[in-house]
Amino acid sequence: MKKLTVALTLVMALGGISVASQAVSDTGGLKSLRGAKALEEGTRAPEMRAYNKDEEPLKRNYVQQPPVIPHKVRGYKVDLRSNKCLSCHSWDNYRESGATKVSLTHFNTRDGHALADISPRRYFCMQCHVPQAVTAPLVENTYKSSAEVSQ
Amino acid sequence: MGHESKGLFARYWSMLATPAKAAMGSILVGGFVAGVVFWGGFNTALSVTNTEEFCIGCHEMRDNVYQELKETIHYSNRSGVRATCPDCHVPKEWTYKIIRKIQASKEVWGKITGIIDTPEKFNGHRRQMAEREWARMKANDSRECRNCHDFQSMDYSEQGRRSVAQHKDALATGEKTCIDCHKGIAHQLPDMKGVEGWD
Repeated sequence: MKKLTVALTLVMALGGISVASQAVSDTGGLKSLRGAKALEEGTRAPEMRAYNKDEEPLKRNYVQQPPVIPHKVRGYKVDLRSNKCLSCHSWDNYRESGATKVSLTHFNTRDGHALADISPRRYFCMQCHVPQAVTAPLVENTYKSSAEVSQ
Repeated sequence: MGHESKGLFARYWSMLATPAKAAMGSILVGGFVAGVVFWGGFNTALSVTNTEEFCIGCHEMRDNVYQELKETIHYSNRSGVRATCPDCHVPKEWTYKIIRKIQASKEVWGKITGIIDTPEKFNGHRRQMAEREWARMKANDSRECRNCHDFQSMDYSEQGRRSVAQHKDALATGEKTCIDCHKGIAHQLPDMKGVEGWD
């Protein structure tokens, strides 16, 4: 009787494992950014990309696009105590540094009131402005440049 | 003064003044060996005090500035060259090194009394401590930077356009020194209100 119990338990356990693994590996035909790989299968990590070296300001690709950062920003801190971006791009410093100055729109609150300095909601530059690397777009998009829109 | 009536001191002096050859030889050789041992030992001990672990042992830095350094290019980079604490904070030249070492012993007192032993206390003192280092670097024309970053060895064609523009004018003319622009490159910055070039 005892042997039978052990055998039965083993069979049930094995069966359970195989059912479970089947359920896990079924992606239901879904394809994500990591491909149509089963969950327990590994994918190759994407290649590491280096950011572009300093270049001229880049053209915008679509209307209302925040201009992208045409230089490296490693170690540039933007926090309560300091803002590395503003040490060149602020209205006080842009002339000396030769950098693009912060847009006037960044002085407005969300209700349209103009402030004397950058609005807190626009303080964290790299929420919208990002440095560039040469790489294919992750997803397709239908954004149009202003020239295309005006046609 | 007769030879026999010499006093104790005079006899001692004549003993010193006319040493046996063997004694003189052994003093010279022994002195040389002792000199090598002590000078070598002193330098070895001094270089031990210039290691990262040693710094961390007595200065308040393990959980704050040392962690901050680990994120920066001076700790990890493409060519695998690492700058440790003394490369920037202790002069290489002997005299300046000893002076700096003695000054830095005050910070050990700070560690013992716990003047900056919590993140809040540390950040409260951050500006004061940063300004002390900026002033030191400014006064010695960023000497510790230049131990590795020699202006004469800079290749403009390998630098970014922004770097070339700054180095060619401000640095080359001596108008600015490294620390004037390169603040907060190895540790987090304090509140920068009122610092030149910052908002």
